[in-house]
Amino acid sequence: MENFKILIIILLSSVFVDNYVLSRFLGICPFLGVSEKRDQAVGMGVAVTFVMLLATAATWPIQYYVLNTLNLGYLQNIVFILIIAVLVQILEMFLKKFSPSLHKGLGVYLPLITTNCAVLGVTINNIIDGYSFIESMVSSLGCGLGFLLAMVLFSGLRSRINDVHVPGPFKKLAATLIAASFISLAFMGFSGIVEKIFA
Amino acid sequence: MKEKSSLSVFLNGIIKENPVLVLVLGTCPTLATTTTVNGAFGMGIAALVVLICSNIFISLFRKIIPETMRIPCYIVIIAGFVTMVKMLVQAFLPDLYATLGVYLDLITVNCIILGRAEMFASKNTVVSSALDGIGMGIGFTLALTVMATVREVLGAASFAGIAIPFMESFKIEFMTKAPGGLLVYGLLIALIHVVTHGKAPVKASFSCEGCIHSATCVSGACKREGVES
Repeated sequence: MENFKILIIILLSSVFVDNYVLSRFLGICPFLGVSEKRDQAVGMGVAVTFVMLLATAATWPIQYYVLNTLNLGYLQNIVFILIIAVLVQILEMFLKKFSPSLHKGLGVYLPLITTNCAVLGVTINNIIDGYSFIESMVSSLGCGLGFLLAMVLFSGLRSRINDVHVPGPFKKLAATLIAASFISLAFMGFSGIVEKIFA
Repeated sequence: MKEKSSLSVFLNGIIKENPVLVLVLGTCPTLATTTTVNGAFGMGIAALVVLICSNIFISLFRKIIPETMRIPCYIVIIAGFVTMVKMLVQAFLPDLYATLGVYLDLITVNCIILGRAEMFASKNTVVSSALDGIGMGIGFTLALTVMATVREVLGAASFAGIAIPFMESFKIEFMTKAPGGLLVYGLLIALIHVVTHGKAPVKASFSCEGCIHSATCVSGACKREGVES
């Protein structure tokens, strides 16, 4: 029961409090670039969540059973980014071969995920925070869901921005960033909630 | 003529194609590390070192690296230099290491470095690639420092850790939090547009077809058809 509580806290705090996009600023590029239409936002969010889970499942054992036992901790960065790149490539080939419809939906987002800092960030953060394997998986799931939530909320906001008159210098990017700032402000309201859920 | 072109390559990154304010690359570290001037400056210098080294090496190897395997090759070269810089910072500047944390590792996936490797270093000579790296790095550092100055002065009433006495009672604390970063970044980009009367080169006019971020970048023109449809 105690373990379960910890998992719930990790999940909720990574979705709401420490939202990767809105409070830790990881994965800003896809957040700004692919959030114009809701279908795209959902597709990208799902693809990122999936790759985060896969990447954590692959990098956690490698960190603890290969790098740590061989005292190669300093190679973490190079090894992790290569694992993520290879995983994404394999996943794309796999989807193309066995599920063309899914490939059509998610495949186009996959090559972009290799260099998405949220994926590398979540794998490294799991190691830094000293999470166990199960906790790491839950935290990755939470981060992915948080990313998805932020993308979907923001795509709704952006469609509204496109319909109104925006003063010249603020057109496009500046207005988008300021709108993101307001969403981020709203998410600040979640801080401190999660710790008190079980208190 | 040769002299002038090297100078323009160098200045290009600082002003005309400033990576943060005009090209809008490397947004994650820009937003995350600009809460203090010291952190922002350190991040800028770390990225500058990685950028110069990776530009030089990628340019050196540009004829050896096979076309289809170039992105993994670039990533390994960049990750190698990031690891070196990280170990140096950890050994000599432990305070900065604690401030930047995971963002030092994340220089590996910084779009500026990979973007310049793809757009510039893979096509140009070693000398001009090094100059491009220096220019872009200085542009990045400058933009980060300006943003951090605004955020730290308004949000924490201090500059580079030194308290500004009369600002104490006017602190706007949310400036140092996440929303403040997005707000200041948005305002700065709008300011650049005002100063240049909207003549600032739009991102679409640069050759970003080679950039692997082409589909996620903000301007519509470089979206790949796959994502567009």
